[in-house]
Amino acid sequence: MINERVLNTLIALLLLVVPLFAWQLDEPFIITLATKAAILALAGVGLNLALGYGGLVSFGHATFFGLGGYTMGILASHAQSFTPIMESPFLIDGTKSMPIIWLVAIVISAFVAFIIGLLSLRTTGVYFIMVTLAFGQMLYYFSISWPAYGGEDGLSIYVRNEFPGLNTLDPIQFFGICYVLLMVVIFFMSKLNSSSFGLALNSARQNSERVQTVGISPFRLQLVAFTISGAVTGLAGALFADLNRFISPTMFSWHTSGEIMVFIILGGAARLYGPVAGAAIFILLEHVLGGLSEFWHIFLGAILLLVVLFAKGGLIGSVSKKAASHG
Amino acid sequence: MSTILLIEQFLNGIQFGVMLFLMAAGLTLIFGVMGLINLAHGSLYMIGAFAAATVASLTGSFLLAIIASVVAAAVFGAIVEFSILRRLYDRDHLDQVLATFALILIFSEGTRWLFGSFPLYLDVPEALSGTVVLLGDIQYSRYRLAIIFIGLLVAVGLYLLISKTRVGMRIRAGENDREMIGALGIDISKLYTWVFALGAGLAGLAGALVGAIQSVQVGMGEPVLILAFVVIVIGGIGSIKGAFIGSLLVGLTDTLGRVLLPIAFSTFMESSAATSVASSLSSMLIYLLMAGVLLLKPSGLFGRAPS
Amino acid sequence: MINRKNISTLGLAVLASCALAVPAIAVADGKVKVGMITTLSGGGAGLGIDVRDGFMLAIEQSGNKDIEVIIEDDQRKPDIAVQLADKMIQSEKVDVMTGIIWSNLAMAVVPSATAQGKFYLSPNAGPSALAGKGCLPNYFNVAWQNDNLHEAAGAYATDEGYGKSFILAPNYPAGKDALKGYKRFYKGEVAGELYTKLGQTDYAAEIAQIRASGADSVFFFLPGGMGISFLKQYSGSGIDLPVVGPAFSFDQGILQAVGEAALGIKNTSQWNKDIDNPTNTAFVESFQAEYGRLPSLYASQGFDTANLLLSAMAKADVGDADAFRAALKLADFDSTRGDFMFGNNHHPVQDIYVREVIKEGDIYTNKIIATGLTDHADAYAADCSM
Repeated sequence: MINERVLNTLIALLLLVVPLFAWQLDEPFIITLATKAAILALAGVGLNLALGYGGLVSFGHATFFGLGGYTMGILASHAQSFTPIMESPFLIDGTKSMPIIWLVAIVISAFVAFIIGLLSLRTTGVYFIMVTLAFGQMLYYFSISWPAYGGEDGLSIYVRNEFPGLNTLDPIQFFGICYVLLMVVIFFMSKLNSSSFGLALNSARQNSERVQTVGISPFRLQLVAFTISGAVTGLAGALFADLNRFISPTMFSWHTSGEIMVFIILGGAARLYGPVAGAAIFILLEHVLGGLSEFWHIFLGAILLLVVLFAKGGLIGSVSKKAASHG
Repeated sequence: MSTILLIEQFLNGIQFGVMLFLMAAGLTLIFGVMGLINLAHGSLYMIGAFAAATVASLTGSFLLAIIASVVAAAVFGAIVEFSILRRLYDRDHLDQVLATFALILIFSEGTRWLFGSFPLYLDVPEALSGTVVLLGDIQYSRYRLAIIFIGLLVAVGLYLLISKTRVGMRIRAGENDREMIGALGIDISKLYTWVFALGAGLAGLAGALVGAIQSVQVGMGEPVLILAFVVIVIGGIGSIKGAFIGSLLVGLTDTLGRVLLPIAFSTFMESSAATSVASSLSSMLIYLLMAGVLLLKPSGLFGRAPS
Repeated sequence: MINRKNISTLGLAVLASCALAVPAIAVADGKVKVGMITTLSGGGAGLGIDVRDGFMLAIEQSGNKDIEVIIEDDQRKPDIAVQLADKMIQSEKVDVMTGIIWSNLAMAVVPSATAQGKFYLSPNAGPSALAGKGCLPNYFNVAWQNDNLHEAAGAYATDEGYGKSFILAPNYPAGKDALKGYKRFYKGEVAGELYTKLGQTDYAAEIAQIRASGADSVFFFLPGGMGISFLKQYSGSGIDLPVVGPAFSFDQGILQAVGEAALGIKNTSQWNKDIDNPTNTAFVESFQAEYGRLPSLYASQGFDTANLLLSAMAKADVGDADAFRAALKLADFDSTRGDFMFGNNHHPVQDIYVREVIKEGDIYTNKIIATGLTDHADAYAADCSM
C-alpha cells in the first residue's frame, strides 16, 4: 500500500524514463509505444472528467477522438496538396503547424461536445450511455461513406506536422511533445477538480438535488464538464493522427469508445492518473500477449474480467491506500 | 414504386424488426430485472448460431438444431450468470460494461479457437425454403414468414409469462423492488439465473434462426447487439412492450429508409450521387431516430422515468 | 525461421525492470528479413491465415536459409498496422514487407514504408491510388489491381449478352471501385445501382428491388459474411436471374458456408485450383498435405508472393535496391497462375478466368469455364509515370 500521490509521481516518471532508456538503446519502437500510451492516456484523462468525476458514462467519446483526428487530417491534407479548404465566403487554407491544428481540434471538439451534451444530458443512466453511442455511430457511418477524405480507406499524411523548433519526425522529440501536453492537461485537471467547479461537479454526481437546492444547476455543471472532456479527447485524437500519420473511420468506431473507457476502469475511475496507468498497462498487455498467441484476446478478456471483479477502484485503487472520492 | 413492392418492403421491415425483438427481449428483461447491461448478449446469439450449425451438420435436422441453439445459449448464459455476472448486479454500469466487454473478447476468440476462422454452414430446412404468393402478387420467402410467425409467438408467450404466471409475478416484483422480493422469501438468486437463461435462450434462438439466412461466423453478434440496444433504448429499458414496438420501429425505419431515400434523392439529384448520399444517410437513420426519441422522451417510449 | 518475437519486443516491462535490451543487429549480406503484417485474429482472419500459410509453404519448400520472416497480427485495424510497420522498420530493420489484406490498411502502411526505402510486395490489396499517379517504385502487387476481377465480370456479362444488369456493392471506396470496374467492361444497360451499408447482413429490401427492376442479371461485390448472407437470401427468394461476382464471395474458405445457394454461380478469379500447370498442381497437393484443407485464391497469392521474392533473391542482393527492384520486375518465377508479368506500374498483367461453383463429392469448389479477360492490365497503368 502506497500513497496515491507517490504512486502518481511514480507513474509519471516511469512513462518518461522508459522512452528515454529506449532512446539511449536505440529502440525507437518502444518510444513509439510510449507515445501511443501518452496519447491514449490523454484521451482517457479527457473522458475521466465526464465519466469519473462527473458520473457521465459516455460511450461515444470516439466522436471527439475522431473529430480531432479528422481535423488534423483535413488541415494537413489541404496543406499537403496546396488547395484551400474553402474559398467562399472567406478563404481557409490548410496548415501543417501542430499548435494551430491542436487549437482547431480543441475548438471543434468542444463545440460538438457542447451540442451533443446539450441534447444528451436530458437523459440519464443507460439512456445517456446509448445516446452518446448513437452520436458516435452517426459520425462513424458518415465518415465511412463520405468520399472527400478517403471514406473507409482513410487518409495518409505523409510527413508528420511541424512544431516550431523541434523535429517532430524524431520519435523522442514527438514523444516529448505528447508527454508535456499530457502533463499540462493533468495539471489543469487537478486544479479543476479542487476548484469550486470540481467540488460542485462531484457533489452533483453524488446527489444532484442537494446541488440544486444551493442554487447551482447540475445540468450546466455537467455540460461544462462534458465540453471540456470532449475538447481534451479531441486534442488526443489530433495527436494520435499525427503519431500514425494516418486517419480512418476506425477512430470513430464504438470499439474506440470502449477502449478509452477500458483505460479508465483498468487504471481507476476518478483517479487523476487512472487513465495513464490504464493506457500504459493496456498497451503493454496488447504488446506482450499479442506475441504469445493468435488468440490473445482470450487472455486480455480474462485479465480485464479479473480487474473488474477483484480490483475495485482499478489498479491505482488497489495499490494505493487513499480511498477514491468515487464510491 | 409500385404498391406491391412497397407492401413487400413493409413486410421485410416487420421481419427485420421481429428478428431484432428476439434479441432485444432478452436484453431488456435482463436489464429490467437485474439492472445489468449485458454487452455479451451478442455472444450468446453467436453461441446459438454455432450450436445450431454444429447440430445441423451432425444430425441433418433443423428442428434439433433450433432446440440445440436455445439449450446451448441458455446453459452458457446460466453458467456465466452463476459464476461471474451475479457479482456485478450491485456495481455501477461502468463495471458491467467493462466485464461484459471482456466476456465478448473471451467468447469470440474462444469460438474462433474451437471452430476456426471460416464461417460455418447452416441452411433453411427444405420445408421452409422457396417462396409463397401473398395477396395475389407478392412472392415472399416462406422462411421469412416463419420468422415473423415465431417472433410473434415469442412475443405473445413472453406477455403471457409475465402477466399471467407466478414466475412473471416474481419478475415484475423483482423489477419494482428487489429487497421486497427477498423479504417475501423468494430465492432471488435462483430467479435471476432463470431470467438470465431465458434471455440467453432467446438470443440463441435468434442466432440460429438468422444464421440460416446469414453468415454463421465469429463476430456476427456485434452489429445485432448494437441494434438491439438501440431498440430497447427507444422502447424504454425494461419494457417488453417497448422492446416490441421499438423493434418494429427500427426494422421499418431501416428497411424503408434504405428503399425510399434513394428514390427521394434521385428526384432532385443525379442518380449515382443520389444513391451514394442516400445510402450514407440511411445508414445513420436509426441512430437519428434514437436520438430523436430520446430528446422527446428521455426514458424511451415506454420506460419508467428514472427515480 | 519464424521469429515471431524479437527480444526487444518483449516490451516496456522488460526494459523498465532490468533496463536490458539487445539492439537490433545489422543483417548479414545476402540475407533477407521479411516483415509480414496480416490479419490473424478477429473478423477476416481467414484471409490472413491463408496468405500466411501459402507464403510460408513456399519458403519452406525452397529450403532457403537466408530468409527470415517475422509475422505480426494487425487485427484489421489501420492504426495497429501502422505501428507494426514502424516497429518492423525501426526495430526489426526488415528489408521487405508484405501480408496486408485490406486496401485501407495498405493505404496506411505502403506509402510511408516504401518512402523509407523498404520493398512492399502486396499479396492481396490493390487500391487504385497506388496503381495510377500514385504508383511507387518499391511497391509490387502480386495479386491484382482492385478493379480487375470486377472488370472481368463486366466483360463476361457482355460476352453472355446480358443487357440489363442490377449491380450492388457496399458504400465504401472499394465498393464504388467495384461498380465502376464492372461498368467499364459491361456494355449493356444498368437496371439498378445500389450501395448497401458496410457490414449489412439482411438483404431482403435489396432483393425485392432486384425482383421489381426487370433486370436480366445481377452483379454483386459483397466480401466476407455480407456475400454469404446475400447469396443465401437470394437463393431463397425465388428469383432465378444469373448472378456474377468477383471470387471474393466464392473462395474456398467461405464456399462451404454458402453451400448449395452458390451452386452454378459464375465468378471471376485470376486463379483456380484446376489451372493446369506443374507449379499449380504441386501447390494444391502440397498445401492440402500440409494444412489439411484446399487452398483458396488468397493462399495462392501468398505462395506466388513468396516465390517472387525468392526469385529476386537469387538474382540480386537486397542491399542493392536498384538491382533488387529490377529482379522483382522481371517476375522470373513459376506462378500458380501460369503466365505472370508486371506492367509498368508493378501490377500484374494476367488472364482473368470465369469460374463456376460446382460440388466435388461433399465439397463445394470452383471450375474454370471461360477466360474473362486475356493479358489484362489495369485502367490506371497509363497514369503511372514509371
